[in-house]
Amino acid sequence: MRDLWRPYVAILSARYRMLLQYRAAAFAGFVTQLFWGAVKLMVLAAFYAVADADQPMTFAQVAAYIWLGQALLGLLPWNVDPELQEKMFSGAVAYELLRPLDLYLFWFARTVALRTAVTTLRMGPMILVAGLLLPWLGLTQWSLPPPPSVVAACAFIVSISATVLLASAITMILHIALIWTLSGRGFNNIMVGLVMVLSGMAIPLPLFPDWMQGFLFWQPFRGLADVPFRIYSGNIALQSAGLEILLQLVWTGIIVGIGYRVLARAQLRVVVQGG
Amino acid sequence: MPQILVENLEKRFRVAARQPGMWGAVRGLARRHYRDVLALHDVSFAIEPGELVGYIGPNGAGKSTTIKILAGILTPSNGHCTVNGLVPWRDRIRHVGHIGVVFGQRTQLWWDLPVVESFELLRDIYRVEQSRYGAMFDELVALLDLGPLLDVPVRQLSLGQRMRCDLAASLLHCPDILFLDEPTIGLDAVSKLAIRDFIRRMNAQRGMTVLLTTHDMDDIEALSKRLIVINRGTLLSDGTLADLRARFGAERRVIVDFAQPPALLGNQRAHLVAQDGNRYTFAVPGAATAQLLAQLTAQFPVQDLVVEYPPIEEIIARVYEAGNA
Amino acid sequence: MNAGRLLARFMALSIRAQMQYRASFLLMSLGQFVATATEMVAIWALFQRFGSLTPWTLPHVAFFYGMVNTSFAITEAASRGFDQFGTLFIKTGNFDRLLLRPRSTVLQLAGHEFQLMRMGRLVQGALVLAWAVTNLDVDWNLARGALLLFTFVAIAALFYALVICTAVLSFWTTESLEVMNALTYGGVETAQYPMAIYTKYFRRFFTLVVPLACVAYFPAVAILGVTDPLGSSLTFQALAPLAGFVFFGATLVLWRYAARYYTSTGS
Repeated sequence: MRDLWRPYVAILSARYRMLLQYRAAAFAGFVTQLFWGAVKLMVLAAFYAVADADQPMTFAQVAAYIWLGQALLGLLPWNVDPELQEKMFSGAVAYELLRPLDLYLFWFARTVALRTAVTTLRMGPMILVAGLLLPWLGLTQWSLPPPPSVVAACAFIVSISATVLLASAITMILHIALIWTLSGRGFNNIMVGLVMVLSGMAIPLPLFPDWMQGFLFWQPFRGLADVPFRIYSGNIALQSAGLEILLQLVWTGIIVGIGYRVLARAQLRVVVQGG
Repeated sequence: MPQILVENLEKRFRVAARQPGMWGAVRGLARRHYRDVLALHDVSFAIEPGELVGYIGPNGAGKSTTIKILAGILTPSNGHCTVNGLVPWRDRIRHVGHIGVVFGQRTQLWWDLPVVESFELLRDIYRVEQSRYGAMFDELVALLDLGPLLDVPVRQLSLGQRMRCDLAASLLHCPDILFLDEPTIGLDAVSKLAIRDFIRRMNAQRGMTVLLTTHDMDDIEALSKRLIVINRGTLLSDGTLADLRARFGAERRVIVDFAQPPALLGNQRAHLVAQDGNRYTFAVPGAATAQLLAQLTAQFPVQDLVVEYPPIEEIIARVYEAGNA
Repeated sequence: MNAGRLLARFMALSIRAQMQYRASFLLMSLGQFVATATEMVAIWALFQRFGSLTPWTLPHVAFFYGMVNTSFAITEAASRGFDQFGTLFIKTGNFDRLLLRPRSTVLQLAGHEFQLMRMGRLVQGALVLAWAVTNLDVDWNLARGALLLFTFVAIAALFYALVICTAVLSFWTTESLEVMNALTYGGVETAQYPMAIYTKYFRRFFTLVVPLACVAYFPAVAILGVTDPLGSSLTFQALAPLAGFVFFGATLVLWRYAARYYTSTGS
């Protein structure tokens, strides 16, 4: 049984270790994201300062949302595996089809590494600065607050794991778009833009108008950021957390299913056309 | 006044030194150690207008470094250099307007444009008057047989075709000096001949000064009267091919086809270099050649006999060895 | 051919090459449009929920947003040579090619490409700006119009200068370039809101170090005819965009030194 998983685990591990090399880039990215988080937070603070009514999120919960978003940005499906993209453009992708492995699973393993490796590097410093340094500097109102309870923290960890799977599934769709059509890049550009808004990375979803909340609840990209971050801060109550995580996994399953079938189709096309 | 004057040119640059082992790699994260590499040391030569000079040396000898300094895209650490009275790296824009440079491995043409459009763009970049450009263009197209290539995007050309186009492109602005860095590398025999012929013609008919770096010994034999040999950043030799032969290749090869395998040959000054069936190759000092020939023909049944210079590669290799000593 | 005409020639060639792949260019532009429009969606949503950002209304913020995005789109399209300098010219050794031509490297890099797909951002920004202008009560006259034009150019110049700084950094490293994104894309994100809403040190940085406020906030305040909550004078507001040009000039000097250093330490 372990033998079955060996090649997939191997590729995941290899890609992960390879991506960890880019330390200087990670540091540069960290500085950039610190900046972004600060700007976003200042904008929201300005709005909150003049707000008269109660809001669906407290400012502290907003701060948690924003800082977690910057710390975990790498998890979101904002890019494709550059090596795979290169292979598709050069035609070397044909070699991928020659391996005695399930292509979807093989690429999925790579994608998980892609999503998690960079995040692993950047997450630590971001959380240290936003969670510890800022309060230490007396800027507690801008800092990343801790979760309200240990259970919330555990629920967060479960939810973020589901996010990894969901994000990888969506990234797979981006890969498949590239192999399916020459206009894949354009399609992906549009997709990534939409995903960023609908996940809550542009502004926290609860802050969208009330009449949009219904639609926002049922769309799949919510599970990328909105769900785990609000579980963390307690904005999603613990009793709903289980249901929310289940919804994340259901969407993951659906998107994996779609991706799997489309990729199988794409493989047939490539083989039939002679590669 | 020489057109190209190089005096005591020195170039050193720093290379990050990797420390071995795991502990070395960790320390390397904190503080990088550097070592100095001396790419050129005390290089001096002078080239008069209209000369065709071959600049040869093994890989890493400093040939490309010299060319880059002469072209003005690299600054030396020490020493002087003037080309046409200008200091190349100080007056870059003025200087490069009068030189043509071809790097064998890289094209200066635009990848996606048809060749003729690349040429026209270069004309505008170099501000060449249309009448002058037109005349040069026609001549280059005729000499290098570029007619069928003009409308082809550069990316679709074969290496030989691209090289011919690059050569033409480097001359569109009628420079008086042409620097060629490995121009025939990777080319087929026909292309090599065409390019050598073209370079010779440019030098002979237009009086264009040519400095050519190459590994190809046939290039050297065909083109350069003057050879500068460099190894490990220092000049080993500067003279004609005949001079080099006199210093390092003052021997002959005698290739003999015997009717039957010969008995022992008693000659102290000749020695056997190769044997292939009944074909024996001897190496003998030039002065003793006549004696060897007399001995061979008198004592043995010789069917055929050829006397040659040693291959240039060997002569050059000996120059390098002498420099290493 | 003089510098200006050569630059125009380069860009025309680039545009022609991209138009050959029309479908791809349109799709990529659409992608850019959507990706950049999401920012405006966020702003709109926040105003829906909070009502206002006293003393700024949605049309005010839309004005800032539109101005910055249209200017930046031009810079984004025209600065690719510098933006990709490390990958395209340093790693490949192609910088030598530029040095071998009797033209300034800045001119050649400026003409390297004019990326049409950035027009997605331009269209989106222009639409928002148009909406803002129609919904604002601005007393338009020649002076205001001139200041608006001056501001556009100043914003584009400032961002272009920042991309040149990215290229300067590429002489030494290709990995750490992302930090400049904080100033370019981060700068756009920052300037689409009036600078007054940010904290003091942040504003100081963007006035004195990277004069983003000088090109994007103060003149806009003058055009909109509102009183500056930061208390600047009208003269200052009208002259502030000059800082963008000064910054641009300084980066050109920086570029020259960096290129010279590179040719003296290279091999």
